[in-house]
Amino acid sequence: MVLELGIQEQALLAGQSGDGAAMAMRLVCDSARLLNAPSLVRVASAHIDGALYHGDSGTLFAEKLQELGARVSIRSTLNVGALDLTGCSTNRLPPHERDMAKRLMKAYMAIGCEPSWTCSPYQAGHRPELGSDVAWGESNAVVFCNSVLGARTNRYGDYLDIACAITGFAPKTGLHLPENRLATFVFDVSSLPMEDFAEESFWPILGSLYGKRAGTAIGVVKGVPRHPGEDALKAFGAASASTGGVGLFHIAGVTPEAPDVETILGGKTPLEVMQISTADFADQKRRMATVQGISRIDAVAIGSPHLSLEECIRLEQLVGGRSLKIPFYACTGRHVLKDLESTGLRKSLEATGITVVIDTCVVVTPIMKEMAGGVLMTNSGKFAQYAPGNTGYGVVFGSMAECVESAVTGRPVNA
Amino acid sequence: MRNYFLTNGRALHIDESHAAGDILRVQGEDLSKGMELEVLIPGPAANAKSLVLTAPISFWGGVDPKTSVIADVRHPQHGIPIAGTILLLPGTIGSSSASAVLLELIHRNIAPSAIIMREPDAILLLGVLVAREMGWSGPGAYKLAKTA
Repeated sequence: MVLELGIQEQALLAGQSGDGAAMAMRLVCDSARLLNAPSLVRVASAHIDGALYHGDSGTLFAEKLQELGARVSIRSTLNVGALDLTGCSTNRLPPHERDMAKRLMKAYMAIGCEPSWTCSPYQAGHRPELGSDVAWGESNAVVFCNSVLGARTNRYGDYLDIACAITGFAPKTGLHLPENRLATFVFDVSSLPMEDFAEESFWPILGSLYGKRAGTAIGVVKGVPRHPGEDALKAFGAASASTGGVGLFHIAGVTPEAPDVETILGGKTPLEVMQISTADFADQKRRMATVQGISRIDAVAIGSPHLSLEECIRLEQLVGGRSLKIPFYACTGRHVLKDLESTGLRKSLEATGITVVIDTCVVVTPIMKEMAGGVLMTNSGKFAQYAPGNTGYGVVFGSMAECVESAVTGRPVNA
Repeated sequence: MRNYFLTNGRALHIDESHAAGDILRVQGEDLSKGMELEVLIPGPAANAKSLVLTAPISFWGGVDPKTSVIADVRHPQHGIPIAGTILLLPGTIGSSSASAVLLELIHRNIAPSAIIMREPDAILLLGVLVAREMGWSGPGAYKLAKTA
């Protein structure tokens, strides 16, 4: 398919906005050709996942964009980096890696990205409008943006997100097209007990199950009695995007594109109706853990995606001034840190032994002690999925309350 | 890719390619009539052994960017380095940082010699596109056209 370009797009390619913008436009156009997109679409904002250090090549790329004079042309927030620039937490990166990680973060700021450093940009004031086209990266941010806000983005990988941010254009394909946003299967949770929906840990477990069943398909969840709140949807989406390739889900009566099941199926018969039983749910709950029969835990980590202020307030209430026996990491962003400091919450959390982690998280950079056979407890479906591979810790799962009680005693209360 | 008469460790040859959309023929010891490829991203000629992955892989977390070894313990080809191979991928899954891992492999000169996929994965292949912009020599990327 031949890619059709408008006058402004051709001018960008020709270097009329500089060599950096031309390089970004070549990446957008080449990607569009790989994706068989017929044209490009203008995007209103971007969320950039490319500033996390994976090796020197990423730093060199960002610095080349900077040298060539590239600037973002739309609002662009940054996902986490490998360093906590606020100094709230420290990590064990060796000197060369630390230096390159810092250069990477600086280069992205220099080309005009906002130093938001959070995987919850949608709770930090970056909320694109329903139906608008945007270019977002990072799997949980993408799924929240599409599903809960109803803005339209594909899963933009590293480097394409910043290329879209510089040019203001993205390949017009996939989830930018309304016809590709309809559900093709029904995930029916009507038979799960009503009271379970009010429990915080219900949502990451359900999300993990949904992600496994969905793969990359778009489904509609049927039978959710009421809006569970944004933090619950955040946990559901992040878990689903970790166990599957979910970029968009719908919940009938809750998310904005799905007033009811029939509408979001586009009047078509679903390819599959999955009836989720209490046994399916119980099985998934067991599978959240990678270690069994544990009598001690070595650390607790919460905040993937980054904690909201409300979640931090609840954390403080649950701890209730008791001191914790084991390291406890609470990951959040600068947008919450401001309030944590002005209300004295940071002090009171740290006084109980909690480490507040800003700008990054414990699964993407080495903050936790290196420990063969270590066991981590979490309330996050995403941490449960990635912590074993990235940190070497085995994982047990529980609600925030269970995480706190376990940290007080050093033993998993729900084992 | 069981239908393509390809097994691990076969010596294959891919000619240098010049333009996306061109059709190339792979020569190899067990390919009686050859295998046709459509060029996704042109690349240099490759003379290398095939490595056929039998399960989809997430490059981020699944391939060690420092060594090119398949690091995912649940993957059937766990422990095998992909450097210098003609890599046949049944699919990619997981994180959108796959491109970053592939770019790092290219930068360290431990990337595959060529990448053959069933369907183009724009996230992974962005690593090759960025390498080209950086002036680093990366592998060609191809899509299976058909088998004779």
